[in-house]
Amino acid sequence: MIEVVNLTKRYAGHRAVNGLTFRVAPGEIVGLLGPNGAGKTTIMRILSCYMPATSGTARVAGFDVFTEADEVRRHIGYMPEHNPLHREMRVRDYLKFRARLKGLGHGRSRERVDTVLEQCGLADVSKRVIAQLSKGYQQRVGLADALSHEPELIILDEPTAGLDPNQIRAVRQLIKDLAGKHTVLLSTHILPEVEVTCSRVLILHEGRVLADDTPRNLEKLMSKSGRVVTEIAAPLHELEDVFEHAVEIDSFDLSPAEGDYIRCSLTARPGLDVREQIFRMTRDRDWKLRELTRSAHSLEDIFVRITRPNQEDEV
Amino acid sequence: MRVWLTLVRRELAGYFVSWTGYTVIAAVAFLFGLSFYILLNQLNLSESDQPLTEMFYDSLSFFMWMILLLASPLITMRTFAHEKFTGTFETLMTTPVSDLQVVLAKFFGSFFFYLVLWSPLVGCLFIVRHFSNDPTAIDPGTLGSTLLGIGLLGALYMALGCFASSLTRSQIIAAMIALVLGVSLYLLSFLSYAMAGQTGWMMKIFNHVSLVEQMRDFARGVVDIRPVVLYLSLTVLFLFLTLKSVQSRRWK
Repeated sequence: MIEVVNLTKRYAGHRAVNGLTFRVAPGEIVGLLGPNGAGKTTIMRILSCYMPATSGTARVAGFDVFTEADEVRRHIGYMPEHNPLHREMRVRDYLKFRARLKGLGHGRSRERVDTVLEQCGLADVSKRVIAQLSKGYQQRVGLADALSHEPELIILDEPTAGLDPNQIRAVRQLIKDLAGKHTVLLSTHILPEVEVTCSRVLILHEGRVLADDTPRNLEKLMSKSGRVVTEIAAPLHELEDVFEHAVEIDSFDLSPAEGDYIRCSLTARPGLDVREQIFRMTRDRDWKLRELTRSAHSLEDIFVRITRPNQEDEV
Repeated sequence: MRVWLTLVRRELAGYFVSWTGYTVIAAVAFLFGLSFYILLNQLNLSESDQPLTEMFYDSLSFFMWMILLLASPLITMRTFAHEKFTGTFETLMTTPVSDLQVVLAKFFGSFFFYLVLWSPLVGCLFIVRHFSNDPTAIDPGTLGSTLLGIGLLGALYMALGCFASSLTRSQIIAAMIALVLGVSLYLLSFLSYAMAGQTGWMMKIFNHVSLVEQMRDFARGVVDIRPVVLYLSLTVLFLFLTLKSVQSRRWK
């Protein structure tokens, strides 16, 4: 669906996108993840033919974004950052206007507007003026607009920015429902979003792809050097003694917790899982154990680690 | 074409859902009322064998130019600047419409609104004729040429305003640029007055760009092809510049 080869976009003085290459298969939901300024919006603007790249090629649905822009635009639904709308228009009128702009005929556009109103849960507010709607509903209007001409590819730039948690959940569900029928490329700097919605993540930094994998694989990659948190009721000096002599444990940190318990954060040697051992140890010594968890590295850690390679040790 | 008409309709509707449109209409209607009143007073004082349209222009050219110079920037300032400011320009330019379609839709949207603005003039003139007992007070020829002049000047000023609006994200700045360009163009007329009596190539040039005198000819019923060509080519020039300015995002 998307084929990007060696794409570079240079603004006066700096490169927003730097030799980017990636590919998206039909039906995938791909998240572009990166800190602000990583080039997410630039990539989306290039793919939606708003502006051309400095060099490299990008094809959407088999059409080149530079030479066959009109065809490409027919195949994509694009919702820019901050979701700009004609706020003085009514929901239905706006969607109708947009559908007509995209070349849909009179009857067809009415039909499609009805469908997307239903699909995005806007049927009740179709006669309201957009400016009077809550931000969550406005976001749905933007999404409905992106869907109105049944594009194969939907590009969403930060679709959940500025929404409250309930609205975010609703919009994410909408996006998930698109899977299969449409290909979706969305950008975000919010990590849980890609964990929840995307089947693949591209982590961008300074205009390059740093990682390209499923959210689960990325996590697996990181969990090899697992950290274990446990709470044990035992004399402090004995615990210290035990951990110091355990060869599997690289480092540990003890702090008093509620009651008699001591909270221990252990870092095991890479690739080892020390949970079983700790359980056996407490059983053998007859210590009480009330928590034993391996803290999985969230995408957050991956993100920070990948995008700040020089400070890797602090993570 | 269908898409283009949708866009023009949207542009026109834009004037009537915002306060700007009604404010401009109200201000211009007030000026018309004022000029109409003065025109009637004059007719009551003395008889005249001038065409009504020329009288209107002669004694009231002040009003006419005020409307043209002040209303035009207000009409055109929102065309591009507003969309750029709200970001809807990005959604517009990522639909399968061409840059040229967008420019022409914005131009014709503002031009049609400009024509709506002038429509009370025709009403005023017909009221005068109705009460003057003289069916020849307005003949279709002079009325037509007057409207042609107003239309051509309007097209030029709308194109100029669209160009100004395409340069910036701020409606205020767009209006200021349009005002400065528009007034400069108007003031060129006074160079020919200032140099009256002189001969030479400069005088010839200034005579050809004297909008005030050319408009007087139109009001008198004289359609000279030279100003028509001048206005049309300047309109096309400014539309071309607008198009280039819209396309500039591609190489900026």
